[in-house]
Amino acid sequence: MLTAIIALSVLAVVFGLLLGFAAIRYKVKTNPVVDQIDALLPQTQCGQCTYPGCRPYAEAIAADEADINQCPPGGQTTILALADLLGKDPKPLNDEHGEHAEKTVVYIDENVCIGCTLCIQACPVDAILGAAKLMHTVIASECTGCDLCIPPCPVDCIHIIPAVEDTKKISVKLPIAPLLINESDQ
Amino acid sequence: MDNIAPSSVTRMMLNVFYALIPGIIAYVVFFGWGIVLNILVAIITALVTEIFMLQLRKRPIKPFIMDGSAVITAMLLALALPNLAPWWLTFIGVSFAIIVGKHLYGGLGYNPFNPAMIGYVLLLISFPLEMTVWLQPDSNISFSQNLNYLLHSTLNNIDAMTMATTMDTVKTQSGLGLSFTTIQSNYPTVFGQFAGEGWEWINLMFLLGGLWLLFRRVINWQIPTAFLVSLAIMALIFYPSTDTSPMYHLFSGATMLCAFFIATDPVTASTTPNGRLIYAAGIGIFAYIIRTWGGYPDGIAFGVLLMNMAAPMIDYYTRPKAFGES
Amino acid sequence: MSLFAKYKFNGGLKLAGHKKISMQEKIADATIPAQLIVPLQQHIGRVAKPIVNIGDKVLKGQCIACLGDNKNNTVTAAIHAPSSGEVIAIEQHVIPSMLKQTGDCITIKTDGKDTWHNDINPINDPLSLDNDSLKQIIFEAGIVGLGGAGFPTHLKLTTKNSNKEKPIDTLIINAAECEPYITCDAALIQEQATRIIQGIQFIQHALKIKKCIIGIEDNKPQAIKALELALDDKTQEQIEITQVPTRYPAGGEKQLIQVLTGKQIPINKLPRDLGMICHNVATTYAVANAILDGTPLIERIVTVTGDNIEHPKNMRVLFGTLMSEVLNSCGYTESNNQDIIMGGPMMGIHLDSANYPVIKTTNCILVKNNKTKTDPLPCIRCGECARVCPANLLPQQLFWYSRSKDYDRLQEHQIFSCIECGCCDYVCPSHIPLVQFYRFAKNEIWTQESDKKISDHARERHEYRQYRLERKKAEDAERKAKKKALLNKKQGIDTSADDAKKSAIEAALQRVKEKQTAVPKNTSHLTVEQQKKIKEVDRRRSNKINPAAIDTTTKNTIKPKDDNNG
Repeated sequence: MLTAIIALSVLAVVFGLLLGFAAIRYKVKTNPVVDQIDALLPQTQCGQCTYPGCRPYAEAIAADEADINQCPPGGQTTILALADLLGKDPKPLNDEHGEHAEKTVVYIDENVCIGCTLCIQACPVDAILGAAKLMHTVIASECTGCDLCIPPCPVDCIHIIPAVEDTKKISVKLPIAPLLINESDQ
Repeated sequence: MDNIAPSSVTRMMLNVFYALIPGIIAYVVFFGWGIVLNILVAIITALVTEIFMLQLRKRPIKPFIMDGSAVITAMLLALALPNLAPWWLTFIGVSFAIIVGKHLYGGLGYNPFNPAMIGYVLLLISFPLEMTVWLQPDSNISFSQNLNYLLHSTLNNIDAMTMATTMDTVKTQSGLGLSFTTIQSNYPTVFGQFAGEGWEWINLMFLLGGLWLLFRRVINWQIPTAFLVSLAIMALIFYPSTDTSPMYHLFSGATMLCAFFIATDPVTASTTPNGRLIYAAGIGIFAYIIRTWGGYPDGIAFGVLLMNMAAPMIDYYTRPKAFGES
Repeated sequence: MSLFAKYKFNGGLKLAGHKKISMQEKIADATIPAQLIVPLQQHIGRVAKPIVNIGDKVLKGQCIACLGDNKNNTVTAAIHAPSSGEVIAIEQHVIPSMLKQTGDCITIKTDGKDTWHNDINPINDPLSLDNDSLKQIIFEAGIVGLGGAGFPTHLKLTTKNSNKEKPIDTLIINAAECEPYITCDAALIQEQATRIIQGIQFIQHALKIKKCIIGIEDNKPQAIKALELALDDKTQEQIEITQVPTRYPAGGEKQLIQVLTGKQIPINKLPRDLGMICHNVATTYAVANAILDGTPLIERIVTVTGDNIEHPKNMRVLFGTLMSEVLNSCGYTESNNQDIIMGGPMMGIHLDSANYPVIKTTNCILVKNNKTKTDPLPCIRCGECARVCPANLLPQQLFWYSRSKDYDRLQEHQIFSCIECGCCDYVCPSHIPLVQFYRFAKNEIWTQESDKKISDHARERHEYRQYRLERKKAEDAERKAKKKALLNKKQGIDTSADDAKKSAIEAALQRVKEKQTAVPKNTSHLTVEQQKKIKEVDRRRSNKINPAAIDTTTKNTIKPKDDNNG
């Protein structure tokens, strides 16, 4: 009985030391997880997740202060990718933060714009071109659709329009095969 | 025109059914009608449980019943069970195989373990006594006697009629230290030419059925070949000391049934050509080890289940080089 | 004399040919229709832009759409008017493609006179053409790969290759035509073998390619004979005819090259990296026409065959002719439960009607009676698909990963090597539409990559903006401090005692600025010291404190009033 206890304890100590040594000596250097999380976010910088930008949200996720389902522009794809990266369970998008919608851009109505530059200061990616008392215009290819420019505009001249589909981009759907798809796929 | 495989799952299963028939006939010739009754009970149980599970899972019933896979699972399990089996033994085994072994994993195509083998192992471990009631070869009991046993588990002179199978005999007797030839001479009724009386014919018929399946391209050549070769080689390596010849191993027990019908179950076997060789060789090695040094007379079922576990990893590491891959 | 191929490719299927039914008559000319609906996208690459307007009168062979010249190697091709008439519309129409796309088309109302444009002249002394002139002729003739893909030929026919050491030494002509039902190439060879050989010679001379191999399936004995007869002693030395065993898809470029030469094109590489270029035989014929007659690509041979067609045959059809007209001229009876396919039964595009125009890549119009389709059963992992895959892939694994959207594993299993030939589809006992799953998966991976590019770009812009704002703040602070100093000097306030401290602060600010310009990327991660200094500047700015009153010994404990508002 005693020998059994001693033998098992010795084994435990030996293996514990071996594992500890291996964990330190053979540690694999990976990207800090904040960078990896940030790489998965869509970089819309919209703030719908309640953080001022994608990087702060990534930091909050890494610090376990935020949940992974707070990003509407990323949608379910991003949630699944984050769940995969962090080993958490995927969950549906949190409605409180907004809905996942098709990509949009904004457009400034040049008849109404007064050149106040408030929208330029608000845009997180500098997608609005213009200067004080001069016409402002949105560079559509740079606009991420975050809509942060709309509240500051004093004359409400910024409108949301759907992003022009890249004609080369084809949308191919998963073939319908009712006997193949299990209930959980829906 | 190319000899391509049957064009639907139902046709494939139908071909398997045809290929099993010669072996079943040999079984009936040597051991009576018990096996046919068992198969009937198994098929009915399988269909009923399959319909039940499909309804429970809210899946369409007709296409899945018509594909015939449940029927084949039932037949294979019935062929593995003792020929004198009470109805409830078959019933429990088959329903477990279909419900747990197949549907709880997602149904056709999704189960990682061979359902027939899962059912068999459950029965072997839970009802060791019933699983060893084997009728003697050429005992000539009538159909009604078989039916009686099936329903009521009673048979006159049962002790005179039943005995251990050949493999069982060899195992227990060699455990006592007797050599193979001694065992053979002690139990003349049990032994045929080189393996069990009756069993060698059954295995031969299954071999023929299997070769026909190969020709029809329902199964691939890698699994039967690798399994039989590895079993034979293991037997050859250890032959003089263990006294059981390769021929004995190849033609007794469920060897041929496994080689052509059980191990070749496409859903649970490895799927790459090289992977199949490794998979089947693994089964052969395990089967030999368990037969010779393990606790059970026939190690096929455990070998199959162990290699089922390894199949996904084998697949991953034996991916063939794509066109143009360096 | 023709040789026999020494190599083979893995997998593939022997299919029933169904070729005899459309080879019973000679190639017939289709009648010129009343209207030609000519799409501007009949090729891989960027769509051509129209250079005519509505109301213009055009002549046969006149260029009606193009995109620049061939100097910067844009992937595009020119479009020409197939017959003379008037341009009555430039609008969207359905075009035959996998996804029921619509595209811009120029509609020409033909005048029936079929008058050629006066610029159509044969080339003088074609055997003295060099690479660039040949490229120009082909570009101006709008020739694209007529084997089915439609890649602009002038970009393929060039001796520039990525591996500078290996020059092009073999020209391979693809006359395999492996798909069942299609016979347009075979019929063309039988009737125009001489011109095809001439086309090959022009290419060989211009690109200085010593050897040419024509790969043709052995189920076309008459075509092989026609080619053999067209070769004379001189050309026989340069051009070899090699028969390949009839097996689908022997006509795939990679498979044909393996069968003819035994070499496998490495993944992500082109034939020209192994010193070979491969052209369809009909494309070569079009090149010969462009040189010998000066005619651009305005028509092609189309096989019209299948069920419910009384006179299946090959027809010479002008581009822009509606498929319904072509079918009617072959005695087609419409009925329910029919599939109309552009192409062959394995890789063809299923169309919902015959109301589509014939385009450069229309090699066949096939009508097939619909078999009752059963829903696909789950995959039983039988492995038949892997046995027949000509690209040596594991279709069953690709299928499982496509369904679970596991894009990493899909790339590991080389999904982009899939040529979408449909062999796996054909043999699957569960009748799973495998190729559709692979198209879905490939598209998802492409979308993912392009989304990643967009988000990476947005991140860069955002980070640069952060840096720009910080830099502006620092510059403003420095400017203000300087102004204050100047003001104080003017007012005679003695600041010498604090000047040293202030210059220390300024020096610190300067260091901050330099550090920021030196490392522009990540200014959201400023050190604590730097942040404190910036906050101090802010505080001073907002409170308008007299610099002499700053208690610089306790500056580290002063709390700023407002925070950064980046």
